[in-house]
Amino acid sequence: MTLPLPVRLAMRELRGGLRGFRIFLICLALGVMAIAAVGTVRAAIEAGLEREGASLLGGDAVARFTYRFARPDEIAWMEDIADRVSETVDFRSLAVVGDGDSAERGLTQVQAVDAAYPLLGDVVLDPAMPLAEAFAGSDGLPGAVMERVLADRLALAPGDTFRLGERAFVLSAILVSYPDNAAGGFALGPRSLVLRADLDGSGLLTEGTLFETNYRLDLAPDTDLAALETQAEARFAGAGLRWTDARDGAGGIAQFVDRLGAFLVLIGLSGLAVGGVGVSAAVRAYLAGKTPVIATLKTLGATRRTIFATYFTQIGLLAVAGIVIGIMLGAGIPLALAPLIEARLPVPAAFALYPAPLAEAAIYGALAALIFTLWPLSRAQRIRPATLFRDASGTGGGRPGWVALAVMAAAVAALIGTAAWFSGTWRLTLWTAGGVAGALIALTLAALLARWLAGRAAHLFRGRPAARLALGAIGTRGGETVSVVLSLGLGLSVLAAVGQIDGNIQRSITEELPDVAPAYFFVDIQPDQIDGFRARLDSDPAVSRVDAAPMLRGIIRAVNGVPAAEFADHWVLHGDRGLTYSDDLPDDVTLTAGEWWPPDYDGPPLVSFSDEEAREIGLALGDEITVNILGRDITATVASFREVDFDTAGIGFVMSMNPGALRGAPHSWISTVYSEPQAEAQILRDLANAYPNITAIRVGDAIELVAGLIEGIATATRYGAAATLLTGLMVLVGAAVAGERARTYEAAVLKTLGATRARILGSFALRAALLGAVAGAVALAAGIAGGWAVSVFVMETDFAVVWPNALAVVIGGAAVSLATGLGFAWRPLSATPARVLRARE
Amino acid sequence: MPDPVLSLSSVGLTLRGNAGDVDILHDVTLDVASGETLGLTGPSGSGKSSLLMVMGGLERASQGRVAALGQDLTTLSEDGLARFRRDYMGVVFQSFHLIPTMTALENVATPLELAGQRDAFDRARDELDAVGLSDRAGHYPAQLSGGEQQRVALARASAPRPRILLADEPTGNLDEATGGVIVDLLLGLRDRHGATLILVTHAADLAARCDRTLRLRGGRIEDIA
Repeated sequence: MTLPLPVRLAMRELRGGLRGFRIFLICLALGVMAIAAVGTVRAAIEAGLEREGASLLGGDAVARFTYRFARPDEIAWMEDIADRVSETVDFRSLAVVGDGDSAERGLTQVQAVDAAYPLLGDVVLDPAMPLAEAFAGSDGLPGAVMERVLADRLALAPGDTFRLGERAFVLSAILVSYPDNAAGGFALGPRSLVLRADLDGSGLLTEGTLFETNYRLDLAPDTDLAALETQAEARFAGAGLRWTDARDGAGGIAQFVDRLGAFLVLIGLSGLAVGGVGVSAAVRAYLAGKTPVIATLKTLGATRRTIFATYFTQIGLLAVAGIVIGIMLGAGIPLALAPLIEARLPVPAAFALYPAPLAEAAIYGALAALIFTLWPLSRAQRIRPATLFRDASGTGGGRPGWVALAVMAAAVAALIGTAAWFSGTWRLTLWTAGGVAGALIALTLAALLARWLAGRAAHLFRGRPAARLALGAIGTRGGETVSVVLSLGLGLSVLAAVGQIDGNIQRSITEELPDVAPAYFFVDIQPDQIDGFRARLDSDPAVSRVDAAPMLRGIIRAVNGVPAAEFADHWVLHGDRGLTYSDDLPDDVTLTAGEWWPPDYDGPPLVSFSDEEAREIGLALGDEITVNILGRDITATVASFREVDFDTAGIGFVMSMNPGALRGAPHSWISTVYSEPQAEAQILRDLANAYPNITAIRVGDAIELVAGLIEGIATATRYGAAATLLTGLMVLVGAAVAGERARTYEAAVLKTLGATRARILGSFALRAALLGAVAGAVALAAGIAGGWAVSVFVMETDFAVVWPNALAVVIGGAAVSLATGLGFAWRPLSATPARVLRARE
Repeated sequence: MPDPVLSLSSVGLTLRGNAGDVDILHDVTLDVASGETLGLTGPSGSGKSSLLMVMGGLERASQGRVAALGQDLTTLSEDGLARFRRDYMGVVFQSFHLIPTMTALENVATPLELAGQRDAFDRARDELDAVGLSDRAGHYPAQLSGGEQQRVALARASAPRPRILLADEPTGNLDEATGGVIVDLLLGLRDRHGATLILVTHAADLAARCDRTLRLRGGRIEDIA
């Protein structure tokens, strides 16, 4: 079989080897590799979560209640459908070691379990022993286990004793792992496990305590989980039962991994755009070198279509090679590093070869290659045969034809559409695409401006040939100015944006919050304890402010009779929310609409709703909200909207009701205490000694936990940005290699005219540093704009430029460009002038 | 003169350069008869190569009309010109312009392949044989001497049996002896295929072997002998 002529011609052209295509291949392969690697890790985690869904849940299904235990009819139903049922109670408490002023306290997330626990999976203890043996305890005390971090903080070793509330336990072993740890959500304290029955007499788990009960169900293997969920919702719709099952065992974690993965893939796409600049430059340089061949083929009778098809085939084959290399690396590196990655992940992962993310990366690579090569390819077909007779323009000038432009536009649309489809978020994809396009346009304009200015300024440097040469080189049309500024600038822009976002988050945590945040949150204060609690604090001059409010938890079930999930998709309508009551309008609360209820109001239930959340949900005054509290539905009319500030770590409730609406509902109080740092320890000791059941949460610890979580995300993002920058560096190297011949000639001429090597090196360094600084400056502006947009529109926080991060980008840009420029100055400087000049004749 | 193979009337060529427009050719009117050998001579920069380019449709005339084999070249598109050259013209360059990634045989076969000839390689082999290079068919241009490269270029230009052969200083890059061989081959090909030959040359002995010689100066025809 004879191949079509363009394919035959392309194959012959490929005999010239990969010279000039190394950067092309590296850029494409790096971009595809980053996306394929992120996709593979994400797929591995998702597969791991799915495989261990039931184990992560601790059962085939879980029925969850907030603030209460299941009623007999609910338990009867669960026992009817399941082979086995295990009841656990989840709440926060303080683990206390010692007495009086010398006591040490640590916040812990207690899971009080029954004898059936765990239904699925294993609890691993150190020293190894069955959980029942650990709970048996010793010396008449019940046993408990806790995570090592808490044991270390309290200087506890197996055999030592500690207290939860008023009940003493012996620490039997360290809790190494337990089956339902990934589904437990965001825990403020390390985990402790005790037997539920052993908490009797502890003073904990009384009415109004904040706790959650989980009923894990061991179901028959062929159980229809979806049908059971429907049945549960129908039977206990108004009772506040929340259903989770093994189909989505990891719940929030799976969603988090999915979102983070999508975000990193979008950063990977920015990297591919940077690589695209290098791909485009490589193709342009290659086709410029092919001008005589193309002109010869045209002289021999080749049409534009034949020329285009020939080089499209050739570049296409190389693009396929680049994509295949990228996919092999992207799939291979996570597999090779699987043990290392698994060790650092808090969730299970099943590393294997997953075709879907690799296909996704390949599609992105192919579309990016098409977008970035079509322009030079389209122009190459316009090379005139007359270039064989005279040194005419390189690859044909002007813009590509309309068909090529239309295909490029379609490829861009396909790329954005594919990214949005895979990431599942149109908004973030369009923001990213807009950001990359905006940065590309800004960088191109800046490069053109720098070129124009340098061209004009060069004449001002009479008597300083090195500076004039540097500026002249920057000002040359067709030189390396545009490609260097684009490649370095785009990579730096992504890094700058990540730096600004990260810096703003860190700043808001470390600088702003402590000024306004309380020292401690106290929860589970019983109504009969609140007066004594206040009295201790009011008498302390180190305490500047105490806020306290009654707190209940409830689930918004319906708005105006419409199920909440159907009314709007908003965080307030998901899961249970805290709510409070108050007879009077608190001093620091401002109403934005409606009116507060009159004193001693005892009519139908009324609610005051947080203004911002109400607007987002679409609530109006007079709307009716049905909230399920402890299994009882309360329907209240929206009487007013009020300003609630959730940013200051103070007490903020979305809903506040009139006291009569919640009469009889068991509840506890929550309090925030603002005090001098040196008084904190004594306050904690006094209150914890007086009221062993209450739980103190040090706000600083909680902030550190959140900061750690954000730092983890920022690190992952920085890796993504680093991959983008590495691609940019490769493009930069490509530009340096491409310009080496011209620099060698310049150096030879300057040497002939009497310039020393140091002087020539200075000129090269100045050129590289100036280009790097231009790229850095544009990246700074683009990064600040990107950081501002993400902070204000996505994260809805204040934004301020983080100057250390910003300046690091500009200086880093100049330094990277300088290092590359100097690195590639060696050959031009060491070449013999006579040889170089003779070769040019 | 019977119907001319090439006919130029009032042809002018202006090129746009960095320093502004440059007039290359002025009011050139010329007919070339079928089977004729026309030499273009003149000092450097007189417009010889440019006139050859205009004749081959490699450059578009700015003014006037260029007709080849009755076809007005000024009305053809770029692709139309490419097809016309493929079917009726062969071009030989001073710098050979062989495609470096193709063997000698493939270089010669390329115009035949472009014309869709099924026996492109058999005919290319015959053409190489005719220039005495059948033993070098598998060699790449870099493996050939200058004279050999020009012989491959001659074979490539004559392979499609062109009605018009254009040669731009075909011996300019070669020594005297090798140049003589090339000239003999070129004229031999002309005779064998009955083609019209137009060549640019500085060499007086080569010009003397042409039927007519046209001398250019400053882009204008100075005389025709």
